[in-house]
Amino acid sequence: MIKLKNICKTYMLAGQPVEAVKNVTLTINNEDIFGIIGFSGAGKSTLVRCINLLERPTSGQVLIDGKDITQFSAKELRAARRKIGMIFQHFNLMPSRTVLDNVVYALRGSGLSRAQMREKALKLLSLVEIADKAEAYPSNLSGGQKQRVAIARALANDPDILLCDEATSALDPQTTKQILSLLKKLNAEFGITIVLITHEMAAVKEICSRTAVMDHGSVIEEGETFSVFADPQAKLTKDFIATTSNLKKIHALLEDCPAAVPLNENDIVVKLTYTERSVSEPLISAVTQKFGVLLNIVFADVDIVQGAPIGGTVAVISGSREKITEAVKYLIDKNVAVEVIKGGAA
Amino acid sequence: MELLNRIIPNVMADTGRLFDSVLATLQMTVWSGAVMLVCGLTLGIVLTVTKDGGIMQQKAVYHVLDKIINICRSVPFVIFIAILLPVTKAIMGTKIGVRGVIVPLVVASVPFFARQVETALANVGHGPVEAAQSMGKSPLSIIFTVLLRESIPSIARGTTITLINLIGLTAMAGYVGAGGLGDYAITWGYNYGHYDIIWVSVLFVILIVSVIQFIGNLIAKKNTH
Ligand SMILES: Nc1ncnc2c1ncn2[C@@H]1O[C@H](COP(=O)(O)OP(=O)(O)O)[C@@H](O)[C@H]1O
Ligand SMILES: [Mg+2]
Repeated sequence: MIKLKNICKTYMLAGQPVEAVKNVTLTINNEDIFGIIGFSGAGKSTLVRCINLLERPTSGQVLIDGKDITQFSAKELRAARRKIGMIFQHFNLMPSRTVLDNVVYALRGSGLSRAQMREKALKLLSLVEIADKAEAYPSNLSGGQKQRVAIARALANDPDILLCDEATSALDPQTTKQILSLLKKLNAEFGITIVLITHEMAAVKEICSRTAVMDHGSVIEEGETFSVFADPQAKLTKDFIATTSNLKKIHALLEDCPAAVPLNENDIVVKLTYTERSVSEPLISAVTQKFGVLLNIVFADVDIVQGAPIGGTVAVISGSREKITEAVKYLIDKNVAVEVIKGGAA
Repeated sequence: MELLNRIIPNVMADTGRLFDSVLATLQMTVWSGAVMLVCGLTLGIVLTVTKDGGIMQQKAVYHVLDKIINICRSVPFVIFIAILLPVTKAIMGTKIGVRGVIVPLVVASVPFFARQVETALANVGHGPVEAAQSMGKSPLSIIFTVLLRESIPSIARGTTITLINLIGLTAMAGYVGAGGLGDYAITWGYNYGHYDIIWVSVLFVILIVSVIQFIGNLIAKKNTH
């Protein structure tokens, strides 16, 4: 378990203090995939680098399995770091060493013989599916391949924790997906705790079980990824989600082009969003049958987060005024957030 | 032999002198080069690791060394020979000959080489260093296995440039009677109007420089992937 207690980090830049991290307290449980999102400059990298003390916090404690590593001697800290792997946006491989030697390098000093190190390195390279490039040099690999090597290297000393600082930000969407599923696999197979720093919403949605949102050095929201996405509290989180959702477009559509959504007298336009995980029931057809109203879906944007649908649907509900009101009530009962975009008084 | 006697008569008149001169140049280059390599590397490494953001940050140490290097780099070589005479005497036991010129040669070339090393190490970038730190490597191990190892090609190139400069400096060694090809060309060639001696000296210098350049390029190429 990683416990960050009141972490502050202030840099001096040209005589001016820059508060990169302000009083952050976070708990990351074992075997979690913990996402930290925020716009560039929010302090995410600084915070994650405090976990292995690549950056020493100005104040605060970093507890790894209950031990405050800020109190460790240089030697103890080096031993602790061997159990905390880290991967980076720009991979940071050693250009003068082959892929295999990059991994072997991480194993040096672990007490294994040269042959054992080679054997273990090859095994790790197979695990991340890059063993065929063992004798290649990093400069001959693609971004995704380099990140695989970096992952193998980070896993060399069987760490309990893997820190990922924008590990997919330099990769194309397809490769990003592959690397993320690799991380997910490592978490599932070895129970390794993963801390994933990113400015990309998609990466968090894909694999994180818990998520913290950072802004200007502070954690402004934290919780189960599903809840953070389904029911964001902070304005910034909402903005962040809006960057990946298309639902906003409906407002523009209704205003600029009313003919696209022709409405009768009683009709209302509603936005239905799922806030709970239990939306397996066929709600739309249930409403249609139960209340004798018509639901015409004009727009939908549904995503799967942690195995549950998230996002929403924009629909026109037509029928008598009472029936529509009843239908809306029913949906609210079923934990669907209903926002009337246009028409009606319901 | 006949031909050589005809085109370079003054050189052939005393080949022993030519031989001694080449030998003196080589001795000066090899000895001061070796010492310079060790001192310059050390200094370049110390500069790199102590600077702001370095792996053993020591701002005071960095600033002092940085200033000293800048000062040394602005002092002309002849002045070094003069002001270092007591130091030379103390270290080498003599102020003259090949031994008498090694101290000034080292002092004059180390600052330049240290800067070359500093630049080479800076080019490794922070990424690989940070990765090694995150693996729990010690600063000393990072110096050897990351910083030096990754900058072999640039250090080889820097060494080549510095050694070639050094050969240029040895031309002035005649001031303290150290001989060498520069002295040979001026004293026995230019002063007597024996131009063949000048040409032959230049030829040998070109030869030595080419060999150094070739080895430097080879090392750089072998270590670039
Ligand atoms: N070494 C440093 N010196 C001075 N300021 C820094 C340093 N590192 C980061 N900062 C500042 O701290 C803030 C947070 O940076 P960072 O943690 O890199 O953000 P993020 O990773 O979220 O983009 C930024 O304003 C950045 O300019
Ligand atoms: Mg960052």
